[in-house]
Amino acid sequence: MVALTPTAGAGGLAETQTGGPATSSRRRRRPGIGRGLVLLICGIYFIGPLVGAFWFSIQDKVHGGVQFSAYAHVFSAVGFSDAFMLSLKLGIGTVLISLLLMVPTMLLLHLRAPKFRPVVETLCLMPLVIPPVVLVAGVGVVLAWGPNQLAGTPLQTFLNAIQSGKTPWVLILEYVVLTLPFTYRSLDAGIRSVDIHTLTEAGLNLGAGWGTVTMRILLPSLRTSVLNAAFLSFALVFGEYTVASILQYQPFAVFIVAAGQTEGQLSTSLSLLSLLITWLLLLLISLLGGRNSTKVDI
Amino acid sequence: MSSIALESLDTGTGTTVEFADVHRVFGSTHALDGLDLKVRPGELLALLGPSGCGKTTALRLLAGFDQPDAGSVLVDGEDVSRLPANKRDMGMVFQSYSLFPTMSAVDNVAFGLRLRGRGAGDRRKRAAELLDLVGLSEHLKKFPHQMSGGQQQRVALARALAISPRVLLLDEPLSALDAKVRAQLRDEIRRIQLELGVTTVFVTHDQEEALSMADRVGVMRNGRLEQCAAPAELYQRPETPFVAEFVGTMNRLPGSMVPGGVRLFTQVVAVDGVVPPAGSDVRALLRPEAVLVEPAGGQPGDAIVTTATFFGAVTRLRMTQPDGQEILADVGSHRAADFPAGAQVRISVLDRPVLVRPESEATAGTVPGRA
Ligand SMILES: Nc1ncnc2c1ncn2[C@@H]1O[C@H](COP(=O)(O)OP(=O)(O)OP(=O)(O)O)[C@@H](O)[C@H]1O
Ligand SMILES: [Mg+2]
Repeated sequence: MVALTPTAGAGGLAETQTGGPATSSRRRRRPGIGRGLVLLICGIYFIGPLVGAFWFSIQDKVHGGVQFSAYAHVFSAVGFSDAFMLSLKLGIGTVLISLLLMVPTMLLLHLRAPKFRPVVETLCLMPLVIPPVVLVAGVGVVLAWGPNQLAGTPLQTFLNAIQSGKTPWVLILEYVVLTLPFTYRSLDAGIRSVDIHTLTEAGLNLGAGWGTVTMRILLPSLRTSVLNAAFLSFALVFGEYTVASILQYQPFAVFIVAAGQTEGQLSTSLSLLSLLITWLLLLLISLLGGRNSTKVDI
Repeated sequence: MSSIALESLDTGTGTTVEFADVHRVFGSTHALDGLDLKVRPGELLALLGPSGCGKTTALRLLAGFDQPDAGSVLVDGEDVSRLPANKRDMGMVFQSYSLFPTMSAVDNVAFGLRLRGRGAGDRRKRAAELLDLVGLSEHLKKFPHQMSGGQQQRVALARALAISPRVLLLDEPLSALDAKVRAQLRDEIRRIQLELGVTTVFVTHDQEEALSMADRVGVMRNGRLEQCAAPAELYQRPETPFVAEFVGTMNRLPGSMVPGGVRLFTQVVAVDGVVPPAGSDVRALLRPEAVLVEPAGGQPGDAIVTTATFFGAVTRLRMTQPDGQEILADVGSHRAADFPAGAQVRISVLDRPVLVRPESEATAGTVPGRA
């Protein structure tokens, strides 16, 4: 969950700033102390714990003074690379599946079936009100119950398949559900900020098929919101603990907690590292999203 | 530029469009209720009508974004009702800004050519030519968000023309622009249309736009065509009360039929068209410019001026007759000082055949407008 902190700024980042000019000009007229104070308070609130954590992680408890051994040990810690790779896999898998699922759904929803929007919205926002624990408990029940009741059916094969093998599909599918609200919100905001109806019709009018319209016109226009959705999902998956630990997997977040029980400094340095990774990701996304392609591709 | 004209001449001219008894129903709304309309090859036809009369619906059926519930849309005599939009080769300019936001002006224009498999060099050359045609040769590499509304609509026009469309469709392309840019672009669209000779359907609810640009104007009301005629004819000989009042401004003066014409004030004026029997009560349709006024010179006159509205070259007088009947007249603004509010005036009418309607004929909902 630590990893989610910076996303408050990233979600809808580009979209929600459209109403900006009025607010920012007002802010500009009231410079100095007020603004500085707010910044300072926020700064202390956000940075304080980080500095504290960093300080804790570099203290040398045996000899006193400062040492960086926790950081030096991070990469060689037992299970680190497995956990990291697992989280990476989960993140990428979740992002890919939820985008593949949601981008076409959202486009169809807005273009073809707007009357179903409230239904889909409610469904997609469910995971926000249902605690992950409840969700995973439900999944657990189904997984336990399924193989007996469904013996011999294709569904049983499916249930077995998603639990066995190297890739924890069951976790990925669960994460796809957990990230639905974020994916939905980002894509919805993006779609609303562009007139996709007219763009679609303009494309068709010029002779493009639906595929071309989607790939060459709509997706590029929605790039920022697709990237936002990807980032939010990835960050959420990277910091997710509850579901993974209940289903007995050990991705990064679970590994950090486990490591913390034996070695506090290592766990703290791992947390900071995970934060750093998330920030780098944020930076990458805003670079990708903010850049306006000036390349003339004709 | 000549190469564009030649290329388009091969495909653009000669295309006819016909709506044959087209119906389109949305729930309880009859957006099109038996539309019959023929567009001649190479002409610019304006579809004019009040909001909600079905203009956009008609255009969307022609573009293929929607299908008729009954009737057919024919292009060059061939029923295209079931042909998908992307197979119709129609260039459309939309009311809202519709440029692809992630493509530069030149890429937007070249998009349709690219889909048609034209080589890169060829595409770029033609896109540049078309942007030159709409006066944007300096802005090839700009993105939509870097251009003004007028510039964006020019690019949209170039984009629609790039594919040498069989028919050019314009749905109120100027309505989001300010008056000056609008007038300028209006002239430019007409110039380009004439140069390319492409059959064009132009939707608008602005009669000034329709009358000044079109070869013919089709006036629509409640999903049907009321009248389709050249601007001057539409203005001078409206066939229905609705057209009379919607296009320009029309006085409907009560008068009675006498041998030789209709009696209006002290005059007897010849009647244009069907002459009702003598003795019947009628309404004479008179444009404000056909009503002549003189100061009554201290005498009680035919009417009293209530307001005078300055329109530039002319000033429109609104007057009330003693029986309460209102009448509008245009006078040259240089004479406006003779007719202050409250002035008594004598009224006569231009001695030219007038249109009359039976008194019983329902009046159309008055639509304010000025020609
Ligand atoms: N997709 C739709 N669903 C339901 N009703 C529609 C739809 N499209 C149009 N209508 C209705 O059909 C009628 C005609 O609409 P249309 O858009 O053709 O009018 P218009 O002449 O273009 O008007 P305007 O000048 O305001 O653009 C209107 O009453 C409108 O509400
Ligand atoms: Mg319309």
